[in-house]
Amino acid sequence: MFLTYVYRELRRRHRQALLIALGLALGVCLVVTVSATAGGVRDAQNDVLHSLYGVGTDITVTQSAQRGSGDPQQFGMNPGSAQKQGQRFSRDAVTSTMGLALVADKKVTSIAGLRGVNAAVGGLTLSSMHMSGKFAKIVGGSSSAGGSGSGSAAAAPSTTTSGSGAPSQAPIKISSFTIAGVDVADQTIGPLSSATITTGRTFTAKEDNAAVVVVDAGYAKQNSLVVGDTMKIAGVSFKVVGVSKSASGAANVYLPLRRAQTIAGEKDKVNQIYVKATSATQIAAVKKEIKATVPGATVTTAQDLADQVSGSLASASKLADQLGTWLAIAALIAAVAVASLLTLSGVSRRVREFGTLKALGWRSRRIVSQVLGEAVVMGIAGGLGGAVLAVAATRLVGVLSPSLQATVGSSGVSTSAAQSGLPGGSSGPAGALSSLSHTVTVYLHASVSPGLLAAAIALGLAGALVAGGLGGWRAARLSPADALRRVD
Amino acid sequence: MLYELTGVTKRYVQAHKNVAALDGVDLSIAEGEFVAVQGSTGSGKTTLLQMLGALDRPTSGAVCFDGADLAVLSEARLCALRSRAFGFVFQAFNLIPTLTARENVETALVPHGMHSAERAERAHAALAEVGLADRASHVPVELSGGEQQRVAIARALVRAPRVILADEPTGNLDERTRDEIVALLEELWGGRDQTIIMVTHDSRVAGRASRRLWLEAGTVASSRYAPEGSNELAPATADELGAVPARG
Repeated sequence: MFLTYVYRELRRRHRQALLIALGLALGVCLVVTVSATAGGVRDAQNDVLHSLYGVGTDITVTQSAQRGSGDPQQFGMNPGSAQKQGQRFSRDAVTSTMGLALVADKKVTSIAGLRGVNAAVGGLTLSSMHMSGKFAKIVGGSSSAGGSGSGSAAAAPSTTTSGSGAPSQAPIKISSFTIAGVDVADQTIGPLSSATITTGRTFTAKEDNAAVVVVDAGYAKQNSLVVGDTMKIAGVSFKVVGVSKSASGAANVYLPLRRAQTIAGEKDKVNQIYVKATSATQIAAVKKEIKATVPGATVTTAQDLADQVSGSLASASKLADQLGTWLAIAALIAAVAVASLLTLSGVSRRVREFGTLKALGWRSRRIVSQVLGEAVVMGIAGGLGGAVLAVAATRLVGVLSPSLQATVGSSGVSTSAAQSGLPGGSSGPAGALSSLSHTVTVYLHASVSPGLLAAAIALGLAGALVAGGLGGWRAARLSPADALRRVD
Repeated sequence: MLYELTGVTKRYVQAHKNVAALDGVDLSIAEGEFVAVQGSTGSGKTTLLQMLGALDRPTSGAVCFDGADLAVLSEARLCALRSRAFGFVFQAFNLIPTLTARENVETALVPHGMHSAERAERAHAALAEVGLADRASHVPVELSGGEQQRVAIARALVRAPRVILADEPTGNLDERTRDEIVALLEELWGGRDQTIIMVTHDSRVAGRASRRLWLEAGTVASSRYAPEGSNELAPATADELGAVPARG
């Protein structure tokens, strides 16, 4: 009788039932689509953060260089003797990334021992600069240029000269790239963790001081490098064992950490420490402990990094979090309100019916359950309809696949790599934040998970139960005499 | 005595005015009576019927049914009484428009929690009793007014209540159908030993009852019993108001 009655009533009031179900479906669709899109934005943010930060890395620790620290770089551009004038020269300088102070790698061990820390590895980010050309030739008051003037980064230093006997201004070829020293013992965190090896392999645990490199795909293409080739860094030949790809291009070249320390002349020194917490809830506590262990350190969490992301991705994230969420909630409330009003209106039209049933001995709860039963069917229909609409809407988002730009560290220090024209990037978030304005393009995809679909149906059902509950309550509180009297 | 009403008053607030639908009604009805309640519009006939059917509580006074005061019984007890002791027949039939004749009759058995097959069987038997066995699968809109009222009577009878309360059961019917329905009620009264209390404006219908009550301004103005073996009403005396009836 219950199901028959529910079915017949819904069939009789099919237009109203359809309207209620459709209203709920639209509300549910909006909530699910906004949630799925917000999830897509979060995934995009995670992609960006992982590419900048490293999958598995929760925290990075750096220390800012002190004002006036470090020596000026010496390239030996002065010919020194008359015999060297006009001769070719080639100079390499490998230095720690500007702005980052070097710390003893025993700090890594200290941090690894902290409570809440799952693992910690050191990293060393370096800049390698290669300069070649010819020494200047002094030609009595004027200069004659020579040497190789063709190159990707030919520069003519603009030194102001006056009078006779000034050295000539020779075109000098400059090339530079970034290096990241990787702890080969644990590559699940650190600069290579966000990269994918496209060809070749990554480092083995035994290669902690081997003359092997993994090069970034972009850099490899630019310099025609393939697995098996050799490349020179600071005059030393390194064998390319792998080519990697990461959205951020964290570094141009990756070396085993010890080898990176050797070529930089910074034995047992690191300038970045990558930390993985035991759980996400521990991150804040670990950050606090690290600050206490390494005074003056810049401790950056993924959340800090997320806060620094700007561009259309950040705008989309804010839109999804703020406007989208409220819009979805407002739509759902409106749908439930409309459903409630329509249900109440339906109950009002059925006062005589409910009064009669009460006169026949039906209890209020049976009448409430009858109204709720009808609401449940409409809610399930609304939830399912909303889920179908949401799947279609998210497919549409997938088809359109709008691109979003994420810029990190645009307000970095004035010596940023971007501003100085250096190619490549830094190999960690701290570097990204402090020394590099880095823009990553990601494509938005929204996907509806089975959990979200279940939540959609539950949402539709809950909305209908609210509406049905109100209607049922109204029907239940009518005394049979009042209900029958209204007819008279 | 089946019913004992003492000083029953029912007041409503209508348009900011306190209106007494019933005003100190004292009345007794014995089991097996066929009582016709008459009176002008607004005299309190329907309110009295609702009090007798446990659909409403009095503002003051006592409505004792089989010794239990309906004014103070819990809602659950009243529900149980409505489902077992009373059968209602309404002027507008009050059938559920989406349910078939059989399903409408079954609604009266739903509170009894019986198995659906048994429910259907009893509903079918009740419909057969009112001559509508072949119309069991029709929805109300497919039935004539007389047939709909027969379905409503079958719904009232299906659980064999002690009292059938009928509020203007012939009010929406033509003359021929009215006679059929009244004949049906008489037949049921005679054959089932049930108490029937019927509100009616129609004196010809009221004349078929064993007792006629006349209400005026919420009070029982007169109560007359029909002489045994005839439909002629004997003059009422003041002593007869609330007296034990003689069953025909």
